[in-house]
Amino acid sequence: MVRNKLLIAAAILSGGAFASPAAAQSEQFIPILSYRTGAYAVNGVPYANGVADYYNLVNERDGGINGVKLLVEECETGYATDKGVECYERLKGKGPTGAAFVNPLSTGITFALTEKTTTDKIPIITMGYGRADSKNGAVFAYNFPLLGTYWSAADIAIQHVAKEVGGFDKLKGKKISLLYHDSPYGKEPIPMLQVLAKKYGFEFTPIPVTHPGVEQKSQWLGIRQNRPDYVLVWGWGVMNGTAVKEAAAVAYPRDKMIGVWWSGAEPDVQPAGDQAVGYKALMLQHGAGKFPVHAEIEKHVYAKGKGASEPGKVGEVLYNRGMVNAMLGVEGIRKAQEKFGKKPLTGEQVRWGLENLNLSEARLKELGFEGMLKPVKISCSDHEGARDGRVQQWDGKGWKIISDWYTANQSETEPLVDEVSAKYAADKKIQPRDCSKES
Amino acid sequence: MLYREAGQFKTTYAEDMAIFPIRQDRMALAVLLGIAFIGVPLLADFDIWPFGSDYLLRAILLPFLILALAAIGVNILVGYCGQISLGSGAFMAIGAYSAYKLGTGVHIPLAWLGFAISIPPLPVLLSILLGGLAAAVVGILFGIPSLRIKGLYLAVATLAAQFFFDWVFLRVSWFTNYAPSGSVSAPTLDFFGLNVGTPIERYMLCLIFVTVFAFLAKNLVRGNLGRQWMAIRDMDIAAELIGIRPLYAKLTAFAVSSFIIGVAGALWAFVYLGSWEPLAFSIERSLQLLFMVIIGGLGSIMGSFIGAAFILILPIMLNLLPTQLGVPLSTETITHLEFIIFGSLICYLLIKEPHGFARLISIGKEKLRLWPFPY
Repeated sequence: MVRNKLLIAAAILSGGAFASPAAAQSEQFIPILSYRTGAYAVNGVPYANGVADYYNLVNERDGGINGVKLLVEECETGYATDKGVECYERLKGKGPTGAAFVNPLSTGITFALTEKTTTDKIPIITMGYGRADSKNGAVFAYNFPLLGTYWSAADIAIQHVAKEVGGFDKLKGKKISLLYHDSPYGKEPIPMLQVLAKKYGFEFTPIPVTHPGVEQKSQWLGIRQNRPDYVLVWGWGVMNGTAVKEAAAVAYPRDKMIGVWWSGAEPDVQPAGDQAVGYKALMLQHGAGKFPVHAEIEKHVYAKGKGASEPGKVGEVLYNRGMVNAMLGVEGIRKAQEKFGKKPLTGEQVRWGLENLNLSEARLKELGFEGMLKPVKISCSDHEGARDGRVQQWDGKGWKIISDWYTANQSETEPLVDEVSAKYAADKKIQPRDCSKES
Repeated sequence: MLYREAGQFKTTYAEDMAIFPIRQDRMALAVLLGIAFIGVPLLADFDIWPFGSDYLLRAILLPFLILALAAIGVNILVGYCGQISLGSGAFMAIGAYSAYKLGTGVHIPLAWLGFAISIPPLPVLLSILLGGLAAAVVGILFGIPSLRIKGLYLAVATLAAQFFFDWVFLRVSWFTNYAPSGSVSAPTLDFFGLNVGTPIERYMLCLIFVTVFAFLAKNLVRGNLGRQWMAIRDMDIAAELIGIRPLYAKLTAFAVSSFIIGVAGALWAFVYLGSWEPLAFSIERSLQLLFMVIIGGLGSIMGSFIGAAFILILPIMLNLLPTQLGVPLSTETITHLEFIIFGSLICYLLIKEPHGFARLISIGKEKLRLWPFPY
């Protein structure tokens, strides 16, 4: 009996768990770190579906990138940092050349991986999240916070508030609160908002909400007492929907709430029903809706029964974001192939591709992303590429775009980026690259 | 037959008091240590599968060793002294953040007194050990209630430590050197001028820590102090009657246990994660450590290792298995299956053997003693 148990245990522990499958030589491996379970699954699932479908599209329609097929494997992180590190270690060496890049899909995992990816020479793409100071590619050679950092987001949010109240000079004396997820993700915008509060003279109050964010009663009672003019919401997953419901419970006007782009998707407002009408959120350039690329996905992926999502959910905000994220990585590889040849590339080569990525209006049109994104140009010193955003509002059925494009003011974000990244470089003894000498 | 001890006579007091009195145990341990200290580095050096890739070292062995160390610490308190603690995650965090502060230099501005306390950055090894010491001091403080309350009541009191320190490290930005995101990153691992950077070096570092502390703990629990702890655990009134001071026994258990957990926390932060936030040491970590001790075996050093392996490695294996066998399942299904199978295994194990793996192994030993002629 005991021996049988031990045998079973031994078999489970040793049983083929490390068998390494033979990898075909003309494949490019891309790991997908996602979370389809746990507290943040409602937002994690549509995102992961978008990512999976786009890679599938490239394989099904084009046979890969210039003939190099994409080999993907998904690993469940559950939004936990230690599991994310485990997933990264599991997947980074797979395929003929190792991982092309990694999308950690969590600011906490991004922090934990930043040093590891630099040692392993694998680019880390953190589209619309991650550490804001990593925009400085001279110090953070392998981090790519593409399309926008939280500091850019904070700046855009304040620009919109200023527009609503009638100009930057009217911000003086206004009260703006930040309801944030109490993790590196939620804290990231605070330094930028403090800088802006000082500059424009508004009163800034950060209000933390603990993970996962379902308990916000006391925070909202505080908001009811303090009556801030605006509440910025930096939440994720179940925290967003709860914030909307709690706002309704204390009768705080929903149209005075502005969520960051991670607080502005369908799962965040749909559960609140009519209570969510009027809620506003930033857009990471794109919003919900279908574009030419969706037709391609429906034709080449869903028609063949290979889609990851329910067909009705294609075109939702987070699905689109996953797709854009996958596209930027694929284009980075494509660019790198121009220099290094049409073969599977190493992470270091893909990094060059990402750093020289230039998606013009014409190229975006070719890709089917016309109208969804603005041109993106990444360089050695600017790993963010673009810092544009709009504001959308939930009308009970769908998201409506209610503003023009805002571009984050670099004169405000840049000094902070320089200061914080210089401190990081000093702490880690990194000699910043001279970007004028990079080709 | 395999485990027959006949003929192993003990003729001196030293032999009688040896840590491992049975020859087979000594040999097994020597083989194990040989594999861990010489085998693994050699296999990794020659890139022999599966040790050639970083995965096994960095994502399996490294966390396993560190959490096994933490489990030893928890086992001293819970298993040997019988004081249930749910604050282990907090003690890990104290170890990690104290080591971080000491490793990056401490500066306490005391403007109202007109001076400031400044300590230059200390060497990493010293910071890790001092991190353990800081955890020990806090452990003693939070152990004081154990003099009046016990069992579940104490568990709730230690839970307070967990929540309090979660709050402290999230809110008091002095501890994170005013990092804007609250996430801090460890100083470079320099040991006497030697940079510990590669996976195998990190593995060796943790292995040395774990081996030293495991031997120390093993020695401690079979000595005077350990016997006092066990007496308190088994019946505190009786222990008091035979002359054991509960104050001393309980607080030493808290101190030693927190010290080891603190060191493990510092290693977890410095060596494994490299960059961390308070969530890395949340209540889930405390529960995970407690489960390791219960599954591995209360009051057993070896059980701590097996418990750590079971709680940490088995889910990863369950998660990897379908992909490796080529079964086409979605990530979601695999993860849910992992939870189901792992949960049922825990239930099954606890029903079949409530005393954990350590007890299973000692039963195995008994059987081997009689093998092949059991009665």
